[in-house]
Amino acid sequence: MTYTTAIFYFFAAILVFAGLRVITARNPVHAALFLVLAFFTAAGLWILLEAEFLAITLVLVYVGAVMVLFLFVVMMLDINLDKLREGFWDYLPIAGFVSVLLMIEMALILGSRHFGLDVMATPEAHPADYSNTKELGRLLYTDYIYAFELAAVILLVAIVAAIALTLRRRKDSKYINPAEQVKVKRNDRLRIIKMKATQKPGAGEGGA
Amino acid sequence: MESVGMDWTAIQTVVWTLIKIMALVMPLMLGVAYLTYAERKIIGWMQVRIGPNRVGFLGLLQPIADGLKLLMKEIIIPAGANRGLFILGPILVIAPALAAWAVIPFTDTLVLANINAGLLYVMAITSMGVYGVIIAGWASNSKYAFLGAMRSAAQIVSYEIAMGFALVGVLMAAQSLNLIDIVQGQSGGLHQWYIWPLFPLFVVYLIAGVAEINRAPFDVAEGESEIVAGFHVEYSGMAFAVFFLAEYANMILVATLTSLLFLGGWQSPVPFLPDSIVWLFFKIGFVLFLFLWFRATFPRYRYDQIMRLGWKVFIPITIAWIVVVGGMMQTPYGYLFH
Repeated sequence: MTYTTAIFYFFAAILVFAGLRVITARNPVHAALFLVLAFFTAAGLWILLEAEFLAITLVLVYVGAVMVLFLFVVMMLDINLDKLREGFWDYLPIAGFVSVLLMIEMALILGSRHFGLDVMATPEAHPADYSNTKELGRLLYTDYIYAFELAAVILLVAIVAAIALTLRRRKDSKYINPAEQVKVKRNDRLRIIKMKATQKPGAGEGGA
Repeated sequence: MESVGMDWTAIQTVVWTLIKIMALVMPLMLGVAYLTYAERKIIGWMQVRIGPNRVGFLGLLQPIADGLKLLMKEIIIPAGANRGLFILGPILVIAPALAAWAVIPFTDTLVLANINAGLLYVMAITSMGVYGVIIAGWASNSKYAFLGAMRSAAQIVSYEIAMGFALVGVLMAAQSLNLIDIVQGQSGGLHQWYIWPLFPLFVVYLIAGVAEINRAPFDVAEGESEIVAGFHVEYSGMAFAVFFLAEYANMILVATLTSLLFLGGWQSPVPFLPDSIVWLFFKIGFVLFLFLWFRATFPRYRYDQIMRLGWKVFIPITIAWIVVVGGMMQTPYGYLFH
């Protein structure tokens, strides 16, 4: 067993364990944290496949941003686990159907008849200065430019829709206008009045 | 026999790497200790005080004494706390703060791991730091800690976007994600540094960096006047010290990255002086001084102002400047942006 294989099995074991704990952990916060561990380990596996850009992006986007917000929501919500588990047997047939479907799909793709070593040669290891970030960028902006732009537009629509759905102006709450706040001058808020002294100097309260 | 030889080289590599890691972490921890001393002295002078001056000559042993004090103290785990996660919190804060240093170059050759996607790696690893804060706040089972964690999570995620976009500008200018290539792209003197063509991004990066490390004036995660000390209010002794170490290690990290990405790293500002690591340390020191100066000068931001600044000011500025840089690169003046 080579060093890389040992690392692969180490990561794979952690990934399977973390994945199982995501669905078996009783505490939803623990489940979310195990999902983070699963993502991080999957990124490690991708690095072994020389997909360093995708691996680091997985950590950056899913672990660094998406899961933080996920955790945020899970911590804020009051989740009643017993109530969630009530419908377990009702949903079992549908869940079983979906998982069988997933298995069939995976078998179709990963079957050794189509993707075995005799059909596809082992990918060659690239030299150390090979940058797959650059290669990925080149492909995205040349061969797959239309698909890429289409995906970008769909994302933009989703962003606009999400903002439009949550945007509401409440009449009863007061808003601050930062531009006005910054523009305020002393004379707008403060008035200096000249007035005569009400007491003669030196004749203060009991003398200081 | 050959496999035995292979194992021997593997062990040698591991040991040698460990030695190199120690050679990096030890000076870093010393730097952290004396950064706390510098902070107390400099802020003291700015407020017309003397600062620490009792332990050792000019108070120079003060950080050592503080460290010893924290080591001797008991780590108290609150009764309702989630024990495992409570311990895991500080570890998850310090681990990314140290791991990010793996790809930081100090000269053309002095680097632990010279990887292609260095800049991406730093961004990904530093984005992990927020978990420690959230877990610490949640596991403490205290409302102040939890509020601090929530604030911190929202703030760090928001400013990470602006920070990431600022770095996109740098990688456009350098056309590389490798930190050594980025520094070498700025060779030729002061006027070649990326601070000039990318000035708006530099300002955004510096301020977003202060927000990312939860330093004043963006320290609402701690906000001792509002939520006592935020996410680490329940921590004591060495567990608390680990948060402290991580904050200062992150401070040095952001200062180092600013120096490498915008201030030319180890490149000398004038052509007739040689490039040297001394320049890098000088630049890091300057940026760190700015951080301390900010803390002594600005009052803490209000929470809604922080969110507004991040989302409505910084992100539009960075996006606009990326478009400017990209557009200018297509014109004959593209050489100004490298």
